[in-house]
Amino acid sequence: MTASHFALLVDANVDVQYRCPVYKRFTAAGAPSSLERMAELYGMDSLHVVVNGARYDLEGVDSRTTLLDLIRERLHLTGSKKGCDHGQCGACTVLVNGRRINACLSLALTHDGDAITTIEGLAGGDTLHPVEAAFLEHDGFQCGYCTPGQICSAAGMLDEARQGQPSYVTDDADHVELTDAEIRERMSGNLCRCGAYVNIVAAIRDAARPAHGS
Amino acid sequence: MKPFVYERARDAAQAVAALVADPDAVFLGGGTNLVDHMRLGVASPDRVVDVTRLPFDRIEQLADGRVCIGANVRNSELAAHRLIRTRYPMLSQALLAGASGQLRNMATTAGNLMQRTRCVYFQNVTTPCNKRQPGSGCSAIGGYTRYHAILGASEHCIAVHPSDMAVAMSALDARVVVLGPSGERRIPLVDFHRLPGDEPERDTVLRHGELITAVELPALPVAAHSLYRKVRDRRSFAFALVSVAAALDVRGGTIADVRIAFGGVAHKPWRATRAEEILRGTDATPEQFERAADTELAAARSQPGNAFKVKMLRNTLVAALQELAGAA
Ligand SMILES: Cc1cc2nc3c(=O)[nH]c(=O)nc-3n(C[C@H](O)[C@H](O)[C@H](O)COP(=O)(O)OP(=O)(O)OC[C@H]3O[C@@H](n4cnc5c(N)ncnc54)[C@H](O)[C@@H]3O)c2cc1C
Ligand code: SF4
Ligand code: FES
Ligand code: FES
Repeated sequence: MTASHFALLVDANVDVQYRCPVYKRFTAAGAPSSLERMAELYGMDSLHVVVNGARYDLEGVDSRTTLLDLIRERLHLTGSKKGCDHGQCGACTVLVNGRRINACLSLALTHDGDAITTIEGLAGGDTLHPVEAAFLEHDGFQCGYCTPGQICSAAGMLDEARQGQPSYVTDDADHVELTDAEIRERMSGNLCRCGAYVNIVAAIRDAARPAHGS
Repeated sequence: MKPFVYERARDAAQAVAALVADPDAVFLGGGTNLVDHMRLGVASPDRVVDVTRLPFDRIEQLADGRVCIGANVRNSELAAHRLIRTRYPMLSQALLAGASGQLRNMATTAGNLMQRTRCVYFQNVTTPCNKRQPGSGCSAIGGYTRYHAILGASEHCIAVHPSDMAVAMSALDARVVVLGPSGERRIPLVDFHRLPGDEPERDTVLRHGELITAVELPALPVAAHSLYRKVRDRRSFAFALVSVAAALDVRGGTIADVRIAFGGVAHKPWRATRAEEILRGTDATPEQFERAADTELAAARSQPGNAFKVKMLRNTLVAALQELAGAA
């Protein structure tokens, strides 16, 4: 980012001066001699990502921003949810370059150049993703809070199984078969406070059938 | 979270130099432990050096039979790799018994080794903890100890190392390859993590600025017949109460070779050398398995909240060895 850009940002966000200890430390030591140095101290950077097929060239991304906060607060894609912010619930699950991760534990700046898919981008236009369709069919939710994470996670998990990745309950790793025990184990990173697990497993079992394979 | 500078390492030497120049800088792997700690205030680096784009992302078999695992290989890739599944099944199983599908896609080999204890008092900045704040006291002693140590603890800290992967690597005689300011060194995994003693703030022998670049596994034929057993409060996505990594080679009823390590019970992966010594050359019978377990666990010291672990670990070890002997 450029010095003038940082100056603009500071103007636009006056309370940064009160909230940011580095700014205070810096200004206390004398007037800023170089805005670029201040930008470095404050920890902001540019970021280029493709989210659901759209390219975003972002400036002034605070280094503390997680991928989840970037997606929700800056890109206003609020489908991905924040349940725990500690990697424990899976509500924030998104696909990065096709692999499922917890967006709450991932710093946004680490994703420069990555392709990210959120629940908003899973369907092809008006055609639902097979996992989305199966969740509707089987009522795989009650309140729906965990659902975007469940669906993104299931989509990633089905790819992992197709690629032959084993799980802790796999007997024959050369032949991964998605039994209910396999689905439960592979989806254990997604909690549902409503306890809709029975229908979630049924939906994923259905979506895993070859006819639904994408 | 305290403000910090994010930088992406261009190469390994530059990553090392960046830490050497700044005592408050840290390496970043998958972030699943570090980002959590930065948010909780347990870690507050002023510079975060992302090493995940360095080219340490391969699993290779070397000419002499060793297997070299790059520091950036993700836990899910390592667990699924054919070499690991067939030659070191205990390692694949240990990885798959840890965390969740999403977390395993993020977590790196180096980050997994370096993850810190899940002791609730360590993770809560409002409670005294010698590991987080040396000299402040240990809140776990006399507190909640279900997930705490029964082996090798000290009066200063009774925390356990939470990694499943490291337990298997300890049993496998792995070596950690490290790049520091004065070059490369190899540290046997059994010496990599420390017992707490009077310096519980030091989890490992790694010095500031040393970058893990790989983990090497020896050829170790006995490892092809091995398993990882983990006992936890729920069936999946939970840390170990106790765990056992074991490999067994039985020939004509006699134990030709054996490897055993425990998880969830000490400040480091606990290599059960006493049990191994007893078993080598003896009959593969339940009585011998029990004798080996009792000998290893003679040194166990439990807390009021985790006394159950001694018997649980004994039974888990005996069951693991019996399973391996039965399938031999
Ligand atoms: C909800 C939850 C459940 C979990 N359950 C389990 C479980 O059951 N079993 C289990 O074993 N683990 C479990 N984990 C822990 C998980 O395995 C670790 O968080 C993960 O392995 C850390 O790897 P990372 O790459 O994300 O490390 P990071 O968080 O990026 O880094 C961790 C540490 O490693 C250091 N580091 C990173 N790379 C290097 C390098 N190349 N050289 C030197 N130092 C380096 C960092 O500076 C930091 O101190 C769980 C985690 C969560 C959040
Ligand atoms: S057991 Fe160790 S980590 Fe836990 S409170 Fe005591 S000193 Fe801290
Ligand atoms: S919000 Fe990310 S796992 Fe709970
Ligand atoms: S549907 Fe309510 S949390 Fe899962």
